[in-house]
Amino acid sequence: MSEYKIHALVCSGTGCRASESDMVVENLKTEIAKQGLSDFAQVVKTGCFGFCEKGPIVKLIPDNTFYTQVKPADAREIVEEHIVKGRKVERLLYTDPDSKEAVNDSKSMNFYKKQIRIALRNCGVINPENIDEYIARDGYEALGKVLSEMTPEGAIKIIMDSGLRGRGGGGFPTGLKWEITRKEVNEQKYVVCNADEGDPGAFMDRSILEGDPHTVLEAMAINGYCTGASKGLIYIRAEYPLAIERLKIAIEQAREYGLLGERILGSNFNFDVELRYGAGAFVCGEETALIHSMEGLRGEPTLKPPFPSVEGYLKKPTNVNNVETYANIPVIFNKGAAWFASIGTEKSKGTKVFALAGKVNNVGLIEVPMGITLREVIFEIGGGIKDGKKFKAVQTGGPSGGCLVEKDLDTPIDYDNLIAAGSMMGSGGMIIMDEDDCMVDVAKFFLDFTVEESCGKCAPCRVGNKRLYELLNKITDGKGEKADIDRLINLGSVIKDTSLCGLGQTSPNPVLSTIKNFRNEYDAHVLDKKCPAGVCKSLMVYEIVEENCVGCTACARACPVGAISGERKEVHKIDPTLCIKCGACEERCKFNAVIVK
Amino acid sequence: METIKLTIDNQVVEVPKGTTIYKAAKQLEIDIPVLCYMDLKALGIEHKPGGCRICSVEVEGRRNLAPSCSTEATEGMVVKTHSMRVMNARKTVMELILSDHPKDCLVCAKSGNCDLQDLSVKLGIRDIPNQDIAEMSTYRKDFSPSIIRELDKCIMCRRCETMCNQVQSVGALSAVNRGFQAVVAPAFEMDLEHSTCTYCGQCVAVCPTGALTEHDHTNKLIEDLANPAKTVVVQTAPAVRAALGEEFGMEAGTLVTGQMVTALRQLGFDYVFDTDWAADLTIMEEGTELLDRLTRHLNGDKDVKLPILTSCCPGWVNFFEQQFTDLLDIPSSARSPQQMFGAIAKTYFADQIKKKREDMVVVSIMPCLAKKYECQRDEFKVDGNPDVDYSISTRELAALIKRANMDLKKMPQSDFDNPLGESTGAGVIFGATGGVIEAAVRTAYEVYTKKKLAKVDFEQIRGMEGIRSAEVDLDGFTLKIGIAHGLGNARKLLEDVRAGKSEYHAIEIMACPGGCIGGGGQPLHHGDLSVLKKRTEAIYREDAGKPIRKSHENPYITKIYEEFLGKPMSEKAHHLLHTHYTDKSKKIIYLK
Repeated sequence: MSEYKIHALVCSGTGCRASESDMVVENLKTEIAKQGLSDFAQVVKTGCFGFCEKGPIVKLIPDNTFYTQVKPADAREIVEEHIVKGRKVERLLYTDPDSKEAVNDSKSMNFYKKQIRIALRNCGVINPENIDEYIARDGYEALGKVLSEMTPEGAIKIIMDSGLRGRGGGGFPTGLKWEITRKEVNEQKYVVCNADEGDPGAFMDRSILEGDPHTVLEAMAINGYCTGASKGLIYIRAEYPLAIERLKIAIEQAREYGLLGERILGSNFNFDVELRYGAGAFVCGEETALIHSMEGLRGEPTLKPPFPSVEGYLKKPTNVNNVETYANIPVIFNKGAAWFASIGTEKSKGTKVFALAGKVNNVGLIEVPMGITLREVIFEIGGGIKDGKKFKAVQTGGPSGGCLVEKDLDTPIDYDNLIAAGSMMGSGGMIIMDEDDCMVDVAKFFLDFTVEESCGKCAPCRVGNKRLYELLNKITDGKGEKADIDRLINLGSVIKDTSLCGLGQTSPNPVLSTIKNFRNEYDAHVLDKKCPAGVCKSLMVYEIVEENCVGCTACARACPVGAISGERKEVHKIDPTLCIKCGACEERCKFNAVIVK
Repeated sequence: METIKLTIDNQVVEVPKGTTIYKAAKQLEIDIPVLCYMDLKALGIEHKPGGCRICSVEVEGRRNLAPSCSTEATEGMVVKTHSMRVMNARKTVMELILSDHPKDCLVCAKSGNCDLQDLSVKLGIRDIPNQDIAEMSTYRKDFSPSIIRELDKCIMCRRCETMCNQVQSVGALSAVNRGFQAVVAPAFEMDLEHSTCTYCGQCVAVCPTGALTEHDHTNKLIEDLANPAKTVVVQTAPAVRAALGEEFGMEAGTLVTGQMVTALRQLGFDYVFDTDWAADLTIMEEGTELLDRLTRHLNGDKDVKLPILTSCCPGWVNFFEQQFTDLLDIPSSARSPQQMFGAIAKTYFADQIKKKREDMVVVSIMPCLAKKYECQRDEFKVDGNPDVDYSISTRELAALIKRANMDLKKMPQSDFDNPLGESTGAGVIFGATGGVIEAAVRTAYEVYTKKKLAKVDFEQIRGMEGIRSAEVDLDGFTLKIGIAHGLGNARKLLEDVRAGKSEYHAIEIMACPGGCIGGGGQPLHHGDLSVLKKRTEAIYREDAGKPIRKSHENPYITKIYEEFLGKPMSEKAHHLLHTHYTDKSKKIIYLK
């Protein structure tokens, strides 16, 4: 890399590629060649920068110029102005929403200031399809160190000392998991990478696999050495074609370099990795279901114990960790357990990657130290609520997490605090809601997902979630009765108490936590038949204000169902029994005569 | 053995390590309610998917409730089986299950014999909250010749799946779809007819609800009995008499042969005959075929394949016609006793009573659901008229007797009619695993050695083990016999045959665990296989009490060969009593 004076890093993650970032790469290359600067500047396709809100992203090194929403047609200007003349293309720079000023380099962006990137360290930095770039960034150094200097016990001790806990959601101590698998006596053991990321809107694992696939391979090999497994399997959703493609390239390259295969780095350790594709069932992220799916069986969970570490894939001891957990492993060996443990809170060490989504200014992927507050994440990194609206709630832990509110904003984020507050860490989904969101509707939204994704094996989850959903629907339809809220609480508690796996044990959380925090909204729906946020259509009534109506007939002409009557120049009337609440009349009226109650 | 101590409902119990909470509670005579759970001890299978969650209990220090059927008890564990948290959860979960279950108990085939109904009573369910807004999962009804699937009633206990896959290795049933639409069905939700289903009925035998039931023919039977133009003839299979009493509150293993005959006569059957008689006839044909193939084989005839496989079990026939199509020339060509009976009843016997074939209705009482399919097979029809018109199960007969206000317990005993009612002990033991081959050996020995058997009982052939083997000395020649019951076990023997590793001369196979006494049409054992043992004992008791115990000594068998058939495997016998097998693998529809 050193021969080039300028590196143009272009995001080549799924999101930016959807906005033609591949064309941006091609055009940049063409323009650079046209200028005869091919030895001076190079274009690098990288993984995700995280700032997906403003993609496609082009970052110019060494001065960290951060161009956003770059179109293929912008390539010429970037090359002619920035690379040739050294002048920044102002119009493509990121504008700070508060100061309204262009930000010159990424290090000054609030979005990045409080982030610490460990798992995402190489995302947006290296070309994921080139093993040399990974190696240049200390890649496979940890594997070399472990194989040449450490015993499995010694290496596991480092993971234990680091305090790393599973990033897939459960938060089980990673070192302990490895130790349990290591202690099992068996001629064949397996190491599995859970890449069945399924939370709606979450793409932590996908970004790592797309942006830095080798880190997962390296960590799996280390895991294999520590636990005594010679075979690694990555269970990845088939809907992640780019991640699959890059993993395949990475596996091939690692084999070529002797970093996978037999006698790795001259040691006696053999290890290889294969891919297994999931068909997109959320429940297959649950490790027993994942294992059954890999075995060719129906992807549904079974009771633990036996834990996979004891009896897993093909009944052999199997260590299952998620992508993000693995992405931390090489760094822990390179920088030391003490360094890692110095980041975070007492019981949650290191960082966590979150997918910020919803009503926040900076939607994207972030990695923050454990212990950061929700307020810092939402208002500093996230840039606050969109359109200056008021913050209402944040859902952490994916569809089966819980809603946290204003009073929780200063809680330091870690596994235990989130549970204590009534939610959970989950795999890192974070959805922000504002005053326009109806919390009953939000609960319905999340439940809709778990109803769809339940495997159907156990009765409380299969039928119970459906019934919960129907009750919520009844309430948003304006047919709710007072007893329905108690029924929701009882049903939700029983589903949590009796379901077989994590999915059912957590799926009522959005309902229970919104009832806890927004009981008044539920009461408004049920008792007053009103939706305070104005979301639930059935509870809305369109009316014409007599004094404002001039009888222009515009509303009546706009109404698709003929619900509005009235003579010319006379006050019009809406028949509520016919009205479908489409809002066409309100939109058409120039006199503010149509109102929603 | 390492033991642990735990406390359940304030009582301390010591159990071997590895025991589940449910079984530990049993030891204290605490009966935790279960629904999906099923313990098939004799088969070594404990079905405990932990799906229904009815057996949930509270364990001190545990975040959520534990399914007692599948949670291992640990040292010092403190369990509460009826805390209010548990009672509320159990009731709520039951309401949920019922909220997605039809409420047509009044006309349901399983009413009165339904685990779900019983549990609803036990848990005091009086109301199902919000039923008015509850969507119900609905599925297409599936009518096969033997089994009716009404999946609206499926509660996903998955017992049928365990029977179909783990026990029978048939692989017709598995869970399909996700979430609320999840249900147990053939792949791609095909009908049973287009699946690998053998109609063994083991799924029906364990279904806790009305989701899987037999194709009921009793109403058709009543119409025929009421029709004066029809001569209705009935035959009863050996295993029926050893189980029918259970439906009338009698102890399992009570023999009710005489009472059953009286009941059938009072129901209005014109002739009450015995399939046992046809079983004796089967031995004559199958035994002769065995000796013929054996002799030719021993004489070096390369065209003769061994082992010979029995062919009385229609579930088993379906199994090999679908899954072992390369071995279709190995099973005996002898028809099953049911079909031999039908063929004789509508020819030899019809002539005797001077009735036309079409005026006769031949009904069979069978412990089996596959028999319903068998009698519809085209091979067993003459100009579209079936040899056996239809078959009703032991359960259906019991229901019919009750419907006619009769109580089997109070019924006097009487004898079968002749000439198709007289049978030997060899015919009776067809009902238990190993019985057919033992009956065959009794005859084969005497025919082959031309000596009298010193001891009729071949204890080495009997038993409940899934796969057995025995050697019988035929005066210097050692006949090697294999026996399998349960199609999963049959598969193992067949794989050996296919691989050329089998050393048996003859193999008896029965599709159902225990043989016909454990058939899919028998009174429901609700997973308690000790019942099968008692039925088996009854079968051998009946055999031991018979004056004649070898098929070839049955005077009515001798007579029919003299008067009608000539000799075993004669052309006439071949035409009426033998069949052929076809490759049925094509009937299974796979998605392209």
